[in-house]
Amino acid sequence: MTDYLSNTALNDIFAILKTIRPELDFSRSRDFIAEGLLDSFDVVTLVSALDKKYGISIPGTEIVPDNFKNLETIETLLRKSGAKL
Amino acid sequence: MNFTFRRKRISGILTVLPAREQSFVDDMKNFNFPEARSLKLKEVMGYDKHRIVEPSVCVSDLVVFALKHLFEKELLLPDEFDALILVTQSPDYFMPPTSNVIQGRLNLKKDLFCVDINQGCAGFVIGLIQAFLLLEQESIRKVLVVNADVLSRKTSPKDRNSYPLIGDGASITVVERDTVDSVIHANLKMDGTRNNVLMIPAGGFRRPSSPETACLEDVGDNNLRAKDHLHMDGSAVFNFVQVEVPALIADLLQHTGSSIEQVDYFFCHQPNRFMLQKLADKMRIPHAKMPSNVVENFGNSSGVTIPTAIAFNLGDRLIQEKFKVCFAGFGVGLTWGAMLLDLGRVNFNSLIDYA
Repeated sequence: MTDYLSNTALNDIFAILKTIRPELDFSRSRDFIAEGLLDSFDVVTLVSALDKKYGISIPGTEIVPDNFKNLETIETLLRKSGAKL
Repeated sequence: MNFTFRRKRISGILTVLPAREQSFVDDMKNFNFPEARSLKLKEVMGYDKHRIVEPSVCVSDLVVFALKHLFEKELLLPDEFDALILVTQSPDYFMPPTSNVIQGRLNLKKDLFCVDINQGCAGFVIGLIQAFLLLEQESIRKVLVVNADVLSRKTSPKDRNSYPLIGDGASITVVERDTVDSVIHANLKMDGTRNNVLMIPAGGFRRPSSPETACLEDVGDNNLRAKDHLHMDGSAVFNFVQVEVPALIADLLQHTGSSIEQVDYFFCHQPNRFMLQKLADKMRIPHAKMPSNVVENFGNSSGVTIPTAIAFNLGDRLIQEKFKVCFAGFGVGLTWGAMLLDLGRVNFNSLIDYA
């Protein structure tokens, strides 16, 4: 699922996820939301960190659980929001 | 629904907030979350401190205090207003109306139109619309729009969804006829199909309070609250605001032939900093034009947040200067409304403590 996502971007997103929930292993999850790795407030924290990291503002209308299920959906969201990955 | 009002103006704003301040760091001890995660939330949402009433304080206490302050300072005379519109979700009683309780406690004249409106975060815009409509009557020269809530008393301290942001307070906004040919535009929408997104499920006639409705329940995400407490579906509210409010403001600006550049300030209801900054980004409004600093300093006091934002960010400048402003309120109902007007050269614009 991460074939076309650069290693740097991949590592950056993982690093951000790790700061939010350091006790969890995101690499083993297929759905961060359904499996309870991220709750709605974690998503807000993640959006804020991604905005800062990539110099973008992810639109409020895109802050829905489906966009934060896994690295692939996060990557799609970042590209859609203008991030250069 | 569009409204147009002519020759009306706001001539004074006073906000009263409880002197009692609680900090988010103290609140955190009640949450069933690791401290580090709560602290991240504090940073993103702008939670820091909030003003909370003592458990026995009611809406009429705050409003009577504020009106006495205005009377004592001779900023308002007890006989010079003909209507008192109280917008609240936390009345002193089911009956009588709290506006009548206020009238009685201050021994105000009997020729006074007192009315309670059950509205929340859009309540400032709703109250102003009602006031402008009343001012069409010859017999009504001046109207008080009173927004007041003490919803901390109905919020679970163990609910991280709502407790850190909640604030209490009251505001008095004096509205009267303008001597110049001013025009005020407003736009209001409601959607009752989503009435359950923000509600207190028990305590009314549909489900009276009982020992059962007072029991704390785990409602997910480690939050505990009772049916007697305020329930907010945070994700649904966030989505509602991000979808509906930009369209509402865009419609109002288009309808009036105005641009974002022509508006000096967008004073929106203050749910949290994150939500407001996302709104501003979506509408390409510079953050400096849309203050988002009320929740971190005072908490979210429903319909009182817009007057609080005006008092906190403009203060005495509003006595000397005039600004083109857009108000936007959104919340319970669901209800969302916006208003475009010239605001300034008021008699007072201040924020005081209730002690």
